[in-house]
Amino acid sequence: MFRLAVILLLAFMTLPTVVVIAVSFNPTAILAFPPSGLSMRWYVNVVTYPQFQRAAWNSLLVTVGAVALAMPVGTAAALALARGRVRGQELWATLLLSPLVVPGVAAGLGFLALGAALGLLQSRSVLIAAHVALVLPFVVRSVWVSVRNLDPTLERAAASLGATPWRVFRRVTLPLLRPGLLAALLFAVIVSLNEFVVSLFISTRLTEILPVAMFSYVVNYTDPTIAALSTLFILGTFLIVWIADRFLDLGGVFLHHR
Amino acid sequence: MPRRELPRLAAGLSAARASAILPAYAGPGSRPIVRALLAPALIVVAVFAAALSALLRFSVLEFVPGSLQTGGLTTANFTGILGRQYLGAVWDTLLLSAATTALTLVASYPVAYVLARTRSARARSALLVLTLAPFFTGAIVRTYAWVLVLGNTVVTWPVPMLFTPRGVLVGLVHFSMPTMILLLAAAISHIDPVYERAAASLGAGPWRVFRRVTLPLSMPGIVSGSLIVFAWTLSAFATPELLGGGKVKMIANVVRDLALDSFNWPGGAAFAVVALAVTLGLLAGAGRLASVADRGA
Repeated sequence: MFRLAVILLLAFMTLPTVVVIAVSFNPTAILAFPPSGLSMRWYVNVVTYPQFQRAAWNSLLVTVGAVALAMPVGTAAALALARGRVRGQELWATLLLSPLVVPGVAAGLGFLALGAALGLLQSRSVLIAAHVALVLPFVVRSVWVSVRNLDPTLERAAASLGATPWRVFRRVTLPLLRPGLLAALLFAVIVSLNEFVVSLFISTRLTEILPVAMFSYVVNYTDPTIAALSTLFILGTFLIVWIADRFLDLGGVFLHHR
Repeated sequence: MPRRELPRLAAGLSAARASAILPAYAGPGSRPIVRALLAPALIVVAVFAAALSALLRFSVLEFVPGSLQTGGLTTANFTGILGRQYLGAVWDTLLLSAATTALTLVASYPVAYVLARTRSARARSALLVLTLAPFFTGAIVRTYAWVLVLGNTVVTWPVPMLFTPRGVLVGLVHFSMPTMILLLAAAISHIDPVYERAAASLGAGPWRVFRRVTLPLSMPGIVSGSLIVFAWTLSAFATPELLGGGKVKMIANVVRDLALDSFNWPGGAAFAVVALAVTLGLLAGAGRLASVADRGA
């Protein structure tokens, strides 16, 4: 009976995903499940709809910009916090992870007010700044776990054999941190690509990213185009999580963390 | 001490020994380097803090209808929350959050238990991917899926689901489950199975073992998971926005309406500040309980 309950709960968790994928191949504009046939027309619609093209380009720019900034910044901070004798380490950790717990509407309206005061709302700079703050916690967290599992003896050995600190970092520390850095990169990309609430507040029709464009579409139209786009998102995310699980110890990051 | 902690402990001990023998290599531990490494992150935190200060500032400025200009200092935005049209949204938010927390807890525990206790690496991996994938699938994709399921596409519901509080509740529970499962699984995996086996060998049935041993020992996870889910649901936006269809409004939806439709930034800011304060209070409580539980363990 317990087994049955678990299976039913897992079915509940996966049901919407299955329905979205099935509906995305629906041949008619009227939503039906199971679909009466197979059609790729909504996928064609996704790629040819101009607002989605623009939003995809914005998503790419914002995500690449935010991740390119957050990765070195977060890695440096994680190294300092995990290794250095930093006074107020707990306070630092709380500060760096705090964007995670701030409600989206609070951060969104805050960035809107800040962007308006600086006159930057027409550009993507406020979006990128907000995304950097929102993905930084994931970068810091992943790299931190990885640094703590790294044996400092290896670095000391390299140093005692005459390597300069920079060389130790480049030849010993960085290669050993590769799994943590990869995890940080994956999480940062996924979080930024999917960010919605904050971006809704600070984007215009010209700068909006894909989730915001999808939201506008769902509110205005009922055809399965969003099902097709959602399917692409779901497959992409599954692929990334699956790859991450193959190459990294996801259980180590998520289950036994402290 | 759980067995898997041993390698980590050993690594820590060998590091301590190494630092006693080889103190010459300072590495990134020396003070100026640490400061330089932390400085860029400090800038990011400062930008985020500036955004929140802008929010705070607007929350105490007077709203001038029909304009983005604001008047002098006022507390009217906060007292406005207590007005009848907004208090309803606050009440609905509290009810929905409480119901979501309770249902999510019940629905997540069995999955978390299997995730923490299964001996098959395959099953664990599959469960982890199933749990994490929705965790990382964006709010819009996940909520849109429920628009399809609740909107009589798949089955015809005996009662209306879409655009009702019931439908919003289903969506919120689904949204919160991955978080709850991960937090519960972390707590359950810290319980030594020896206790459960001991109780069973002394004649307790599976239900009794669960109620008297597993459940009490996983209490830290239950409490912190519930607080976190409650806090996050309080500021839920996408789920009530799409599944509520304008008929079910939670606090975050009111903030959006005020700020983006009525251009009443001060009014929206006051609501957002209250949501922020309550969320931080609840999460601080969760953190405190977690650290107390840690010290006790």
